[in-house]
Amino acid sequence: MELRVLGRGAVSGALSGALGFVFAYLLVEPIINRAIDYESGRADMLAAIRQVLHLPVEDEGPEIFSRSLQSTVGAATGIIGMGVALGLLTAVAWLLLGPRTNLRPRTLAWIVAGLGFLGIFLLPFSKYPANPPAIGHDFSIADRGHVYLTMVAGSVAVLLLAVLTARSLSPRLGRDRAVWAAIAVFVLAYGALFAALPSLGDLAVNVTASHDIGFTRSATETPAPIINTTGQALTVDGMHYAPGQIMYPGFAADDLWAFRWYSLLEQLIIWGGIAVGFGWLVERHLGAAEVRSGATSASRTLAQAPHR
Amino acid sequence: MSTVPVSATRAATNARSLSTAGRIAVLSLAVLLAVAIYYFVGVDEGMSSVFGKTLVLHEWVHDSRHLLGFPCH
Repeated sequence: MELRVLGRGAVSGALSGALGFVFAYLLVEPIINRAIDYESGRADMLAAIRQVLHLPVEDEGPEIFSRSLQSTVGAATGIIGMGVALGLLTAVAWLLLGPRTNLRPRTLAWIVAGLGFLGIFLLPFSKYPANPPAIGHDFSIADRGHVYLTMVAGSVAVLLLAVLTARSLSPRLGRDRAVWAAIAVFVLAYGALFAALPSLGDLAVNVTASHDIGFTRSATETPAPIINTTGQALTVDGMHYAPGQIMYPGFAADDLWAFRWYSLLEQLIIWGGIAVGFGWLVERHLGAAEVRSGATSASRTLAQAPHR
Repeated sequence: MSTVPVSATRAATNARSLSTAGRIAVLSLAVLLAVAIYYFVGVDEGMSSVFGKTLVLHEWVHDSRHLLGFPCH
């Protein structure tokens, strides 16, 4: 019984991931390619400026796989793999909550997937939205990783707290009031979490770097235009730049918006696919037909389930 | 399908084909596997690294890591 339900979670996750990969390949890869072009163009410009100023120049990262490999099998591995992981988690939560709820199998699957989407993705995303290549400093990756995973763990904890509040207050206050109380608890706890964690631009490593050429003091790591802040005229690759002149543009605002919107749609596809797919598969597995034909008592379903 | 009774979930999830210990083991393994995938797709060779900083895995899942919302370089 458990293994079959877990298998259905993994399969629905893999199929949702496959759908998500098609979406990513068709709509998101063009943005990623433009972002990578911007990233390398900006890095070249910054390296040239630093050379003129006799500052140390950092190496670019190695190119291990070609872009055509990264954007196809590479991306598919990641997205389908993530779908399997999220499908498995959904199935585990479904198995644990099943005996404690009075819900139709499919409804419980939808609720679990909805809470998963909120806690594992949307609530963290609201604080730390997805970024395309070119956004995100190499030197801040450890700090960004810590605050992001803290946000994910905190968001899941806040949701659990809200659900448990509604559940425990329900007998005393009635369902409606208990739900309002849970919403209040959620808003307060999530608000505290949101306020307690720093904006990426306020991380100590970014505040320190904000004085370097090409960087600026900002709430985010989105690349601002490179401005000649040296106070003197610069000649880079044969071009003359007056003090205060823009030497390289900032990141394209439309590409950033589209990338984040698609990132949200991508997660909706994966979690939505898991909700619908797992809910359908699990009801089929439980033998809805037998249940419909009269075997409605728990004991009969209980007796049948292991053999299906 | 609309006639599936709400008791079906409870009945089915109570129907254990595994012993309690087996059930705990299977569910723990599933969570462990899911967290491992989450970690290797989203985090490894970034803020921390399990098998050394080769960047091979990071580069392989690069596009999906960005799109799925994880911090990346």
